[in-house]
Amino acid sequence: MRRFRLAVAQIAPVLGDVDKNLAIHEKVVQEAMAQSANLLVFPELSLTGYFLKDQVTSVALTEQAPALETLRRLSQRVAMVVGFVEEAAGHRFHNAAVYLEGGEIRHIHRKVYLPTYGIFDEQRYLAAGGHIRAFDTALGRMAILICEDLWHPAAAGIAAWDGAQIILCPSASPGRGLGQAEPFQNTGTWERVIRAYGDLFTCFVVYANRVGYEDGACFWGGSEVVGPTGQSLAKAPYLEEALLVTEVEAGALRRARVANPLLRDERLDLTMRELQRLIQGQGQPGGGGAG
Amino acid sequence: MRDLRLHCETVRAILTGFIDNEVRKAGFERVVVGLSGGVDSSLAAFLAADALGPRNVWGILMPYLSSSPDSVAHAKLVVETLDIHSLMVDITPMVDAYFAAFPDADHVRRGNKMARERMTILFDHSARLGGLVLGTSNKTELLLGYGTLYGDMASAVNPIGDLYKTQVRQLARHMKVPDVIVEKQPSADLWAGQTDEEELGFTYMEVDRVLHRLVDQRYEMADLVAQGFDERFVRAVYHKVQSSQYKRRLPVIAKVSARTIDRDFRYARDWGR
Repeated sequence: MRRFRLAVAQIAPVLGDVDKNLAIHEKVVQEAMAQSANLLVFPELSLTGYFLKDQVTSVALTEQAPALETLRRLSQRVAMVVGFVEEAAGHRFHNAAVYLEGGEIRHIHRKVYLPTYGIFDEQRYLAAGGHIRAFDTALGRMAILICEDLWHPAAAGIAAWDGAQIILCPSASPGRGLGQAEPFQNTGTWERVIRAYGDLFTCFVVYANRVGYEDGACFWGGSEVVGPTGQSLAKAPYLEEALLVTEVEAGALRRARVANPLLRDERLDLTMRELQRLIQGQGQPGGGGAG
Repeated sequence: MRDLRLHCETVRAILTGFIDNEVRKAGFERVVVGLSGGVDSSLAAFLAADALGPRNVWGILMPYLSSSPDSVAHAKLVVETLDIHSLMVDITPMVDAYFAAFPDADHVRRGNKMARERMTILFDHSARLGGLVLGTSNKTELLLGYGTLYGDMASAVNPIGDLYKTQVRQLARHMKVPDVIVEKQPSADLWAGQTDEEELGFTYMEVDRVLHRLVDQRYEMADLVAQGFDERFVRAVYHKVQSSQYKRRLPVIAKVSARTIDRDFRYARDWGR
């Protein structure tokens, strides 16, 4: 990987209005370019807003949709990660994020873990993705995990074991439970999770959360870039729009992996055997939850 | 009580952001709030003045003949402290005109009528002044059903509906709502000498501790009894929450079509905003 300037767009998308959100994206792209950013990461469902419910089918885009074409062209100047509802073959609708670079689609991640509990209802409206893959870019090897995906450590593990040097996490996290200095209880959980992942998977973690309100739910912002020893390198404010810009230094990754060769010592064969055992024992006490 | 403690400055930021966002998204700049002189409506007005600026807040005072003089005095104190617009509409003539035809109506019917009379005035002033009606029901009374359906429970946006009464008091103190309002006995003031806690039969402190455990922390009733809470009290609270569920939902609709409102026709309230 190489040294580059990373920007995180902590925006407040308009619910269900792709045109307005595209305009927001184009404006932020200009701002990011003015700050010489090489990569710009937007939050989850940045082109559509989050609590779409029955609007999902109305705002869904195919890979060839004009809004994505516009952003694809802009990616000749700055690479970006954009969140949208993807209408895939067979009219399946995915909560997706696309990595655009050099005028091309480099990668699309479809959210694997669709939260359907508490305030969340994603499985009612969306189809789950079936892949977690790292992919190469001009800036380094990356993986995208969308919001809830990151609350499953195995997902982050797969990304890291697949060689990701940078885990990108577009998010739309509504605050839940009163916090203290941080806005909500789940704010604290997120901050612990991304810093621990940076540390344990010796990689950069980019957390791009949105702000704004939908039906009274408050998206708390606080986007953050974590380095490969788990330290916070840059942090956006809570509750307000921001463009977070920071340098990503490749040397930090090497030093972290020299000091802490956890990935070198990973035992995927052992993990695989034990996972097989858990899958076979599914339904028994202590049995696996896969499937 | 530790569980119910707020980080007040953080909550203030979230709630003023909420008012600003939801009001503007709906195409408005102003709010209309009924001021009773109590801590709930006072806090709502303080939050709105903070969020939108005091000149975008209209406090409407709607006393009835038997309303406590303190209620009006405290509502005026809020108006003066915040420097918001205000207006007084005496509801005595319209309420009395109605009950002239039903002279034997009990105080519950009269209280509900007053609450609904106030609601019609607030929504009329919503249209007159171009402002959204700000809700003033707290989480405790919403859960207990201690409010009048289509009366004081009616609003467009409610900034304090997820705060228990004891939390409303904490935030009110933090926002410098006058002490005389924060510390007085809560009362619906529907008849002379009425207090919430006497009518409910328990204090807000007691019931908030139970509600917070049942609702927010998802303890079962048996867990609370095991923790030393009085079983009859816990059951009574649970029953109040359960029996008032209808007040927190739209009227039930007989389903005959393929897509029925709020069952399988589901959009955010913020749809298109």
